[in-house]
Amino acid sequence: MRAGPLAVVGYFEPWWIQIIKAIVVFAVGLQLVPLVLIAERKLLGRFQARYGPNRVGPYGFLQPLADILKLLTKEQFRPTSSVGLLYALAPIISILTAVAAFGLIPFGDTQDIFGTKVGLYGVDLSIGPLYLFAFGAIAFYGIMLGGWSSGSKYSFLGAMRGAAQLISYEVSQGLALVGVIITAQTLSLTGIVHAQAGMWYVVPQLAGFLIFLVAGFAETNRAPFDLTEADAELVGGYNTEYGGGRFASYYFAEYLNVVVVSGIVATVFLGGWLLPFGLHPPGWVDPFVVLAKMSLVTFLFIWVRATLPRLRYDQLMSFGWKVLLPLATVNALVTAILVVATH
Amino acid sequence: MTGEPSPLAVSMWNPGEHVVVVQRPPAPGPARATWRTFRETLRGLLTTLGRFAEPAATVEYPEQKTPVYPRFRGRHKLHRFEDTPQNGAQAGLEKCVGCSLCAAACPADCIRVVAAENTPTNRVSPGERYAAVYEINMSRCIFCGYCEIACPFDAITMGHDYELSDYDRSDLIFTKEMLLAEPLERAPLRNEGE
Repeated sequence: MRAGPLAVVGYFEPWWIQIIKAIVVFAVGLQLVPLVLIAERKLLGRFQARYGPNRVGPYGFLQPLADILKLLTKEQFRPTSSVGLLYALAPIISILTAVAAFGLIPFGDTQDIFGTKVGLYGVDLSIGPLYLFAFGAIAFYGIMLGGWSSGSKYSFLGAMRGAAQLISYEVSQGLALVGVIITAQTLSLTGIVHAQAGMWYVVPQLAGFLIFLVAGFAETNRAPFDLTEADAELVGGYNTEYGGGRFASYYFAEYLNVVVVSGIVATVFLGGWLLPFGLHPPGWVDPFVVLAKMSLVTFLFIWVRATLPRLRYDQLMSFGWKVLLPLATVNALVTAILVVATH
Repeated sequence: MTGEPSPLAVSMWNPGEHVVVVQRPPAPGPARATWRTFRETLRGLLTTLGRFAEPAATVEYPEQKTPVYPRFRGRHKLHRFEDTPQNGAQAGLEKCVGCSLCAAACPADCIRVVAAENTPTNRVSPGERYAAVYEINMSRCIFCGYCEIACPFDAITMGHDYELSDYDRSDLIFTKEMLLAEPLERAPLRNEGE
């Protein structure tokens, strides 16, 4: 086994396990997105005193399938003013980064499956959060390139808002995680989960949790920070000119991002696969624990979307710079001082 | 300036003593404002969560139907005299005497009446004449109910049926037989005072 940071974080699986895991993780992500879609539409309906879709299949649970089939059978349309290659590339970037980030979420500890040691995650990097932020930043290229290359005013405005939004929240999001990283003293996501054995970080890092959550709403372009797609004023924002499969890709990426951010929150702040009260269930329960925590966070996402109105562009900017950034900085500093003082 | 100012000269209006200065509390400090924002956000979240627990207001239309009020103006009905002993010889005859007052009252011009003489062997209505043709074009009708008001014999009234869509305009021309037929009461009736 190799020495160095890669060996330390358990990067020891043979190549064929890596391939199988990649396929399984992608398939799981692919199944979670329609679930989040139908959950959002049903829950939004209940928040608004209606039922939501309930005609397609039992209780309307086949509605996402019908939506996706409809989108995929539509014509691939391209405006004449668009920039061809970038227009086709942008949704691919969006979906690629979302899936890449999903691979990092640990669904459980290393398990012994038929005598082979397998970690229940796509990959456990020694630079987990950095990788997440890198792909979160690249994901905005999907939005910005898509909005710009459409050659439409509305798409362009949506893309510009996306750019302004990115720089407003990303620093605070990173600083919010710094507190956790200082406390856990590791950049590996499984390491962060193991460090929460005594207490989940949502308690000592409550400020970081709230800041990360708010920044997560901004990262996933969801209410109250969905101003890149602001239906009322920008028609559809960056994806106005998209239709058919490309729009489906954007849609998929958006909801997969919700899943990813829920997964990160569950992993970093809610103790991942750990259960409170000294419960130690067998290993196969771990993924379900993580999924349950993720669905709680997703419910919060939908709940907030049903409640809060969209912020104005400048309100988000001033909130990001004047409130979130100082709070995140103070949180990181106080955590650092406390960690140094107690060690 | 002489005399009264023009009422159209809006810019010349002076609010004078009508101005009421709104008394506002002093602006809260940053800490208090932050706390207030946080508290109000939480209050909003709790409000929507309260709605979440409530039953849905949806009427699932093809299975459930919105009840109509008793005076709801839906599809028209033509009436016959009821078969009661008091009605005597009139029982079972059509009330419509083909006077075309409904057609005259109709603002949408959707009623067509062609009258014919009653004969002793073919008596359709108690009057001198009867409606040989009585058609209402439902694609033109605006459901104003003037025909009902105009009718001197209460022969035509507005029913409760509001499910009038069809695939062909010509299918929306209702003939006398369709209007006389006992309508399917598909729309539920609301209770009085509901």
